[in-house]
Amino acid sequence: MEKKLVISPSPHVYGGENTLRLMLDVLVALAPALAVSFWVYGWNVLVVTAVSIASCVAAEWLLQRFLLRGPLTVGNLSAVVTGTLLAFNLPSTLPLWMVATGALVAIGVGKMSFGGLGRNPFNPALVGRVFLLLSFTGAMTTFPAVTDAVTGATPLGFIKGGLKSGLSISELASQLSYADLLFGFKSGSFGEISALALILGGIYLMIRRVISWHIPATVLGSMALLSGVLWLADPSSYMSPLFHLLTGGAMLGAFFMATDYSTSPMNRRGMVVFGVGIGLLTMTLRLWSAYPEGMSFAILIMNAFVPLINKYVKPRRFA
Amino acid sequence: MLLDSTLLYTVLILCAVGVIAAALLYVVAQRFRVEEDERIDVVAAKLPGANCGGCGSAGCRNFAEKLVASEDLAGLFCPVGGAATMKDVADYLGRAPVEKAPQTAVVRCGGSCAKRPHTNLYDGAASCAMSAMLYGGQTGCIFGCLGGGDCAAACNFDALSMNALTGLPEVDQTRCTACGACAKACPKLLIELRNKGFRDRRVYVSCRNKDKGGVARKSCAAACIGCGKCVKACAFEAIALADNLAYIDSNKCRLCRKCVAECPTGAIVETGFPALKQTKDG
Amino acid sequence: MAKKFRKGGVHPPENKSTRNLPCETFPLPEVAVIPLSQHIGAPSVACVEVGQTVVVGQLIGRSGGFVSAGVHSSVSGRVTAVGDVTDIRGMRTPAVMIEVEGDTWLDTVDRSEEIVHECDLAPEEIVARVAEAGVVGMGGATFPTHVKLSPPPNTKADTLIINGAECEPYITCDHRLMVERSREIVVGATIASRALGVERTVIAVEANKPDAIEALRLAAAGRVEVAELRTRYPQGGEKQLIEAVTGRRVPSGGLPIAVGAVVQNVGTAVAVYEAVQKRKPLIERRLTVTGSGVARGGNFAVRIGTPFEKLIDHCGGLRDDQIKIISGGPMMGYATGNMQSPVTKGTTGILALSGSEARRRPETSCIKCAKCVSVCPMGLEPYLLIKLVRLGRAADAEPRAILDCIECGSCAYTCPASLPLLDFIRTGKRTVAQLKRERDAK
Repeated sequence: MEKKLVISPSPHVYGGENTLRLMLDVLVALAPALAVSFWVYGWNVLVVTAVSIASCVAAEWLLQRFLLRGPLTVGNLSAVVTGTLLAFNLPSTLPLWMVATGALVAIGVGKMSFGGLGRNPFNPALVGRVFLLLSFTGAMTTFPAVTDAVTGATPLGFIKGGLKSGLSISELASQLSYADLLFGFKSGSFGEISALALILGGIYLMIRRVISWHIPATVLGSMALLSGVLWLADPSSYMSPLFHLLTGGAMLGAFFMATDYSTSPMNRRGMVVFGVGIGLLTMTLRLWSAYPEGMSFAILIMNAFVPLINKYVKPRRFA
Repeated sequence: MLLDSTLLYTVLILCAVGVIAAALLYVVAQRFRVEEDERIDVVAAKLPGANCGGCGSAGCRNFAEKLVASEDLAGLFCPVGGAATMKDVADYLGRAPVEKAPQTAVVRCGGSCAKRPHTNLYDGAASCAMSAMLYGGQTGCIFGCLGGGDCAAACNFDALSMNALTGLPEVDQTRCTACGACAKACPKLLIELRNKGFRDRRVYVSCRNKDKGGVARKSCAAACIGCGKCVKACAFEAIALADNLAYIDSNKCRLCRKCVAECPTGAIVETGFPALKQTKDG
Repeated sequence: MAKKFRKGGVHPPENKSTRNLPCETFPLPEVAVIPLSQHIGAPSVACVEVGQTVVVGQLIGRSGGFVSAGVHSSVSGRVTAVGDVTDIRGMRTPAVMIEVEGDTWLDTVDRSEEIVHECDLAPEEIVARVAEAGVVGMGGATFPTHVKLSPPPNTKADTLIINGAECEPYITCDHRLMVERSREIVVGATIASRALGVERTVIAVEANKPDAIEALRLAAAGRVEVAELRTRYPQGGEKQLIEAVTGRRVPSGGLPIAVGAVVQNVGTAVAVYEAVQKRKPLIERRLTVTGSGVARGGNFAVRIGTPFEKLIDHCGGLRDDQIKIISGGPMMGYATGNMQSPVTKGTTGILALSGSEARRRPETSCIKCAKCVSVCPMGLEPYLLIKLVRLGRAADAEPRAILDCIECGSCAYTCPASLPLLDFIRTGKRTVAQLKRERDAK
């Protein structure tokens, strides 16, 4: 038989990237943080992560198979990434049925109800986390003790509670060690504790060009700027910028949650606007709201602005 | 007592808001009212409401506006509703109805996979518009169907579907409204709106190949080779030959089917005839 | 310091395996099929008849207008047919077929190897000789060179850029040309700059060709500038190249002359040299045969009209059943379904990709990674354009500058979801261009 030549419009070659590889890179980047959490909190960490991933994958598969009847996409590992990120935002002691419920909400409500990967306006893992936080506030804010100093409360919660009970910043700060905050010996959702491991993961993602520097830099930069101005103005009632960058979900949010593709703007200028918005909102919520933490809400709020940013903040044209 | 007064005030305030809003709405509606011929609404209601654009207007309402404005309805025809709808509209408006024979879409390419072997493999996005822009097609025939299904995608009435076996589109005549969307979508201009014909009987040349006979035949077994046998066979001068391609005028054709038997390649297709009914593809 | 355009771009694997293979002269074909439309603009008109004997360099197609170019016989022999042949797209195109007998040249052509440096012709004479020789852009765009060398009266060029970027992966024919014929390039560049009356002449080469840069610097001896460009696709794009060399940006919808620049390919510079100094018409060109689909690659000087099949057979034939044959490079080249397609003035290479390389990857859903936006050298939003075109809203893509697209393919290359971005943008461009024409006609 005569050979049939293949014809198609240009270009005829592809770059090395595909969705699966990008997702694998994110998982690799999350590994150091998982290792630190395992070191600090023990086996619970792995059990919660496994349950979260399994529930996310199962939810996506079941929804696609029986409800949407579309093509199955669990193979691209995006549900695994969502599951891991959701687990990272949970206390290691959370009952497993709550983990599974959160995963179902994350995938079912946060992702599949909008049409699946690439179409969801809100970060699914954060949808799951916020759902759990509002539904099971007690379980979601009870953390196992790590160091003697800050028993069972996150550093942010500790400071907020301390200030309420009339203690001064210097008294409270003296009980914290920046090294512990950096390396991960603190209470909190288990994925967010080690700022260092998360920074390493973030740098890996930037080297692999999975994410660009724009969102993390602007989120952290604007957080540092706002907290820095307040700290310089009144060091007796505000913690230092370094404290804010190393605590709570700052690093996890800046490198892994805010950079989620579908829920962040489509060009670099938009990313800067988005990042600054998240940074400022996070600090606002942390300092002046009822919650000690603000990253999750800040990201979700800015997610809602992404379509608007995409419409009005356009890339600079060549001519 | 507090509860009672709270309830009372709530109800009162809500009622007051409602009344104010209603008054506001009324004023605004009066202020910005658009004067419109009320007949347009009636005519629009008589139209099928498919908004297919087959009449050349942007939707049924736009067409209704044109109908009301028109003096003699010349050039205005709704292919979906057909003569019945047009008569209804004309009666209402008190004008003479426009007569037009009912039509349907026919595909003028018989180059199925079996008859028109592929010489190469198109691997780009499935769109006729795109492949027509860059390539002659996947076969030796540059006039024939590209198989990308732009026509089926353009059809609002589910009347066109791509046959996976032949690689050609097929018209479901019972659903086709002759709106012409498919004819516009086809970059090779293969789809023609033809008169439905007496009892849906039609005879037409299912080919647009303008190559010389030998070239055409080499690329497709079902091509019109421009031999002219049909022209000689026709007693009614309904068939014309131009650029190596025969065309049957459906207004002159008397459905005698002599040409069908004469055609050496089977490029002339008959539909709707009882006994000799044949499938388009062998 | 290597120069670079500022926005976007990608760096595909270079795969320039033929870069060190000297250019071979390809044997004459038995039959040459010479299309009459090998350039942008009006097709030329055949001026020979069937049965007539022609010699190498003889005019066989008269230029069909100002923006057009003459076509010359690349072989000597007898004209066997003048009529339609199947072209590279599978469509019909008029061509002259010549059965080759010997290799007799037109006697006005100077065939010696000696390099003629001096040229004291007036600009008009240079342009006339270039037009007479049927020279067109050899980088693939095939725009008639004499038109580019005679800018419109109210414009003034001050910079001539000789494009030696060769940013397309795989292709190495310009690289070999710059190494082997650097002196001709320099003379051709000075002749072209004389015709244009420019102050500055720059030969721009990507940094991945150090031997070419060295050879050109040696040959230039300070007479023309040789600029090193950072290796980044689409560095050889006209607008990108002008920005890299001069820092000026061609406005949207504008021509390079709007910023006082004229760009010519290195191959065109040699063709200009030969046309003006040697009176040799454009009857052969250099091209690269390469890719996983052929047994061995190479760079060849080929007579126009040689069928692709002959070149591929010469390189060991096709190695696989699933093959894509591309005229040009993998980013912007044209995949052909016709092995009999003749080499034309714009054929920069024949790339044969085999197996999975030959096929498109299946499309998955867009993950909004924004990589297409960041690589677009024109600052467009490909993800949005494809969405609009698919929804049948191409008209809405016009204010989003869809017509600025240079079709470099960086977006589709980089897309992790393998979306056919450029396919739809191209369709949209055509729709928008048509809408614009209709609007202008009103």
